[in-house]
Amino acid sequence: MDAILIQILNGLDKGGAYALIALGLTLTFGTLGIVNFAHGALFMLGAFCAVLFNKILTFSVKVKDESITFFDAYKEQPYLEIWLGDTGTAIIDYAVPLSILFAIPVMLLVGVIMERGLIKHFYKREHADQILVTFGLAIVIQEIIRHFFGANPIPTPPPEIVSGSAPLGAMLGLNENLVYPWWRLIYLAFSLLIIGAVFAFLKFTTFGMVVRAGMADRETVELLGINVQKRFTVVFGIATVVAGLAGVMYAPILPPDYHMGMDFLVLSFVVVVVGGMGSLGGAVLAGFMLGLLQSFASMNEVKTILPGIDQIIIYLVAVIILLVRPRGLMGREGVFED
Amino acid sequence: MIKKILSSNLLIMLIFSAVVLSAPIWLAPFGASYPDLLQKFAIFGIFAVGYNILFGLTGYLSFGHATFLGIGSYTAVWSFKLLTMNIVPAIVLAMIVSGLFAIVIGYLSLRRSGIYFSILTLAFAQMAYSLAYSVLTPITNGETGLQVSQQDPRVLDAMAGIAVTDGIPSTNLFGALIKSQGGYYGFYVAAVLLIIAFYISLKIFRSPFGMKLRAIKSNQTRMKYTGFNTKPYLLTAFVISGMYAGLAGGLLASIDPLAGAERMQWTASGEVVLMTILGGVGTLIGPLLGATLIKYFENIFSALNDSELHSMFSFMPDSIQNFMVTVVSPFVGEGWHLTLGLVFMIVVIFLPGGIMQGLTHLFNFVKRLFGMGDSKTGIANTMNTSNHTSNKSPNNVKGEA
Repeated sequence: MDAILIQILNGLDKGGAYALIALGLTLTFGTLGIVNFAHGALFMLGAFCAVLFNKILTFSVKVKDESITFFDAYKEQPYLEIWLGDTGTAIIDYAVPLSILFAIPVMLLVGVIMERGLIKHFYKREHADQILVTFGLAIVIQEIIRHFFGANPIPTPPPEIVSGSAPLGAMLGLNENLVYPWWRLIYLAFSLLIIGAVFAFLKFTTFGMVVRAGMADRETVELLGINVQKRFTVVFGIATVVAGLAGVMYAPILPPDYHMGMDFLVLSFVVVVVGGMGSLGGAVLAGFMLGLLQSFASMNEVKTILPGIDQIIIYLVAVIILLVRPRGLMGREGVFED
Repeated sequence: MIKKILSSNLLIMLIFSAVVLSAPIWLAPFGASYPDLLQKFAIFGIFAVGYNILFGLTGYLSFGHATFLGIGSYTAVWSFKLLTMNIVPAIVLAMIVSGLFAIVIGYLSLRRSGIYFSILTLAFAQMAYSLAYSVLTPITNGETGLQVSQQDPRVLDAMAGIAVTDGIPSTNLFGALIKSQGGYYGFYVAAVLLIIAFYISLKIFRSPFGMKLRAIKSNQTRMKYTGFNTKPYLLTAFVISGMYAGLAGGLLASIDPLAGAERMQWTASGEVVLMTILGGVGTLIGPLLGATLIKYFENIFSALNDSELHSMFSFMPDSIQNFMVTVVSPFVGEGWHLTLGLVFMIVVIFLPGGIMQGLTHLFNFVKRLFGMGDSKTGIANTMNTSNHTSNKSPNNVKGEA
């Protein structure tokens, strides 16, 4: 029972990340009709926003270590601590959550530049060309990051207060030994929050309504005199921000390295395909579903019956879905069915 | 009349063979005539030429072709372990086994087209890669990679009375060691196979079968309306290109009897796509050109470091020299992939036909510059730029199509 609960949480957690990345991918596809292979790189960029922000905050100066009296010792002390004292220390401790504020404008800028500078010219080209150029872009982004941050994963700790584990068993009245890392719970809540925000934005604002109308029938909306293109560019920016935020919050779970985006990209493409190209609900549903499937497949009981299933379950599901129901779980009829 | 002779198969093959076989000589001024690199040129040339039969002719973008390369390598190494150190059965088996896998994967993947096809092949490739690393460890030897050892049974060798007495056995072709002649022997084996592979690809390009594949690329729906079942043709193209990949994998293993799962990773599949696009997708010689260029620059660029850059720019004044080194150094050495990515993006954006399209433009430009009659200068010029004599053929093929 406990093991199952843990696996459910693991699955939801992983699924949260898949869903966030897939949401942006499918949003880009549904609005601009672009297959963006650089989306994983954006996730990675987000994680490195956290790393960079952490670095900026801990920008240090060498000062004399007062605690050691019998010889001259020096230690690194961040400027923030010197200027703000204990408040500075607290700010540094909360670097990861705070870097959300840093990541939003950065990712928005990256997204808009990318759309206006590159993607714009590929609306009319074949999907194969879009895949190729964004694949090239992903390599470029990845290599730039490697040039500045090196090839090794960079540990990025969460705030002190949530770095431990939550006594989940005691809270729910189950086994006392049942614990789960706080930060993973926060990640799950965060991903649900972001997904909810994106849906609410599309559902309840005029802007979102126009976007949805544009997705359904672009020509008619344009005939009404609305500049759909401009709004779709903003949507691309939003997709970028969502991917970036998913990356920022994922940094404490998985120390960021330059190729983490590529690993997630393939998985989230599979998620999009299972959910249905261009379907937002499908992407979220498929994200959580595949996350759960994956974590259940990695249970020892399952692995003894079907060895290796944990490695391939996601791809297996994707192959079956593509062959049996090509439009995906919630894809619209007639969209990309051949 | 002259055009007809120039585009005849025999002439193209003669020139192509001459260029390939004399590669150790004419590549020497570029510092690329050592056997390791030459072997890579030939092997990845075969891989790219085969990939082009699928992607270039039918337009189906497969993101999982490295799987067949990996399967070919594993099969070849198993053949070395169980049968004989002779490379002939190894390569034949590599092609057969990867062909069988291509039939299964192709049959399933080709039920969809467009980006779904790409994602299906990607999914199969990822499955193969993960399995090779985890459950299939008894067959693939996991992360260590599959190797030959002295204790292997080698049934055929044992029957022929060949026994390995010292160290790790070496691959051979009917007794002649592949690594003899300082590795040039291995290159010539690969080169002969490349010439055969190129000839088959040329025949396919100029056959009714190749025409049908191109028709599928230009408009599959219309093709179907005329009562044509396109599936068998697509599957045949997929299997042929899978077998080419298997051949390349088998050759890789023949030259260095070692196979690892990283050969099957999807970035490895991406590499062959890069080669094909960079050279010129759908042209005969383009993929080969792309493979050669990528492997060549990978070798040159990734070996450069700051001190070598300093000596390269040493003719400049110190301040400019330092500036140049700072500007260039992110793009060489470890940063070679950055250069590759940038070049690739530029090619996709501005030159979707790859280098071959660029050469065609240049050729036409020169032709216009000297007037229509003086076309010989144009051909000569194109030849010089590309160092490849038979690059005229794609234009003619296009003309026929």
